[in-house]
Amino acid sequence: MTTTEPRIMPMGMAINEAMDVAMGLDEKVFLLGEDIAEPSGGVYKITKGLSTKYGTDRVRKTPISEAAIIGAAVGAAIAGYKPVAEIMIMDFIGVCLDQITNHAAKIRYMSGGQTTVPMVIRTSAGAGRGFGAQHSELLEAFAVHSPGMKVAIPSNPADAKGLLISSIFDADPVLFVEPMLMYWDPTYAGEVPAGDYRVPLGKANTVVEGKDVSLISYGRQVHTCKKAAEELAAEGISAEVIDLRSIVPYDEAAVMASVTKTKRAVVVHEAVTRCGFGAELSSRIHEELFGTLAAPVQRVGGKNIPIPYASNLEKAFLPQVADVVAAVKRTNK
Amino acid sequence: MATTNRPDAPDRDALLRMFEIQQKIKTADERFRAMLTSGQVQLIYYSPRGQECISAGYAVHLRPDDYVVTIYRGLHDHIAKGVPMRELWAEFLGRGTGTCKGKGGPMHVTHPKSGLMVTTGIVGAGIPIANGFGLASKLSGTDQVTVVNFGDGASNIGAFHEGLNMAAVWKLPVIFVCQNNLYGEHTPMAMSTGVEYISERAASYGMPGVTVNGNDPVAMWKVAGEAIERARAGEGPTLIEARTYRFWGHLMGDAMEYMPKEERKAAMAADPLPAFRAWLLDNGHANEAQLAEIEDQIKALVDDAVDFAMNSPEPSMDELYTDVYEEIIK
Ligand SMILES: Cc1ncc(C[n+]2csc(CCOP(=O)(O)OP(=O)(O)O)c2C)c(N)n1
Ligand SMILES: [Mg+2]
Repeated sequence: MTTTEPRIMPMGMAINEAMDVAMGLDEKVFLLGEDIAEPSGGVYKITKGLSTKYGTDRVRKTPISEAAIIGAAVGAAIAGYKPVAEIMIMDFIGVCLDQITNHAAKIRYMSGGQTTVPMVIRTSAGAGRGFGAQHSELLEAFAVHSPGMKVAIPSNPADAKGLLISSIFDADPVLFVEPMLMYWDPTYAGEVPAGDYRVPLGKANTVVEGKDVSLISYGRQVHTCKKAAEELAAEGISAEVIDLRSIVPYDEAAVMASVTKTKRAVVVHEAVTRCGFGAELSSRIHEELFGTLAAPVQRVGGKNIPIPYASNLEKAFLPQVADVVAAVKRTNK
Repeated sequence: MATTNRPDAPDRDALLRMFEIQQKIKTADERFRAMLTSGQVQLIYYSPRGQECISAGYAVHLRPDDYVVTIYRGLHDHIAKGVPMRELWAEFLGRGTGTCKGKGGPMHVTHPKSGLMVTTGIVGAGIPIANGFGLASKLSGTDQVTVVNFGDGASNIGAFHEGLNMAAVWKLPVIFVCQNNLYGEHTPMAMSTGVEYISERAASYGMPGVTVNGNDPVAMWKVAGEAIERARAGEGPTLIEARTYRFWGHLMGDAMEYMPKEERKAAMAADPLPAFRAWLLDNGHANEAQLAEIEDQIKALVDDAVDFAMNSPEPSMDELYTDVYEEIIK
């Protein structure tokens, strides 16, 4: 018997593999976006090699025209294709928001189900790179607030692959948010199953089991929660870390089961705190478990400011491990 | 540049001011790149090297109260419009003494005192905003003009088309300067743009469009001067397509594998600034000692700005919540 090496890879490579697998499985899948074809293979190299393998008909480089990119994906999706559109950086979503909220999201409903929009919008996001206010934001709350859109945000390479393949073959439009800092950083690399590996949307992952408090997060901030859980463990507090993986749909059953057990919850995300997904989650927990909770649900998120350029201010914008630990302490008073 | 004298050239004063602006841009750019390569500083840097004639060519026609809007690749426009070197460097390095207290960074340099009104990181987004400046000048009856800079790639985004049409319909005093460096990020213009000359697009909005060699300071000066004069006289906007080249790719660290090596080599060999310098000397517009003195002064200016920025503190943490609104709302 031969033992195979574990397939350890960074998230960027796992995302590339997901698109490769999906295009191999179904010729209706095609990619479009700025600079995604060879020789550059995307400015972050996420689509490297794919235009060589599948041709530039299916890996289409576009002009810098976000509204036209998403519009073309919407139309092609209605006509039976499965487009995967790339918006290079999430802040640029502003340029094509109409195509997303008024069209991709609403068309199934407005047509009484006659026309559907099975497409994916892949986009990279996140602060911590000194890119300033217009290249660093997490804007998933917009999509969450647009019924019709699904939203997934992976926290590790295996989930990135599994969630993306599921999103591509989902019957509805999915905004797929890729934490840019995790693309090629080897500290975030992980084992990724080969082939057609899928992780369903709406199924949370309990990353750390615990009994005293539930830390609920998604994307890169899952790692902030994991570190916080380690610090708390040293102080004798047992924190459970739940990675939602997708926030529309989200695994409400898993959240409620965990908080029923721990009676305390802290929700953590990188997007600004005000009206972020954490606000929704906190409300739902209060609505369902008010009598069970030992303390009000706490939120930790980005500060309610545009993202600053100077590195000290940018760091202060981002949720820190210490912020999560402090929030847990607030539930323990 | 041809070595012969040119009857269409501006006077000596304007020529030397253009030379000075270009030399400032080149000196600042070289220093940034040196500090980046040596690891002294870390930042995302979009070098404007190769494009400095364009900024110098329009800037010498502008008054301090005229407006300029530019993009992330904006250092040349910032310097040309007269943003002070010290504050500019400090902003690039994220210091509290920067033009924007370190909060905006290089992609968002703003210095209204110099008329540098907006620097945007969103491709094309400055164009409609420039119309707003033009409208304000028109409504208040001043003869200020607005120059808005953007790339070839930006001419494919909706904001460009909406903005040009509105400027033409409202006869706004706005000059649209498309700095066509032949690439948008990693994509050659021909692969993303349906016309050979971006200036052709002006016709569909009913405004004059002109393509100029953006590496020829005299030609650039002339075309910009005419457009600015028309705008000041209330005769409406112009689209200028200034053809040029980016020497260092999209941003520092770009592997440039999508740019033919020979093409880049040829562009760098035809570096417009040394050519302009030689032309100034050959045609008696300046002597060696004069130009060397300008160069020395600029070197000292940049040395001083680097010292100032490197010795400036980070922004105070008290600044985290200021400037979001007029009052603090958390
Ligand atoms: C709306 C939007 N889409 C994409 C980007 C990413 N991006 C930054 S610069 C750039 C290329 C722009 O090319 P061009 O307009 O020719 O200007 P240049 O960089 O060549 O000066 C792209 C695609 C962006 N900043 N904004
Ligand atoms: Mg360009």
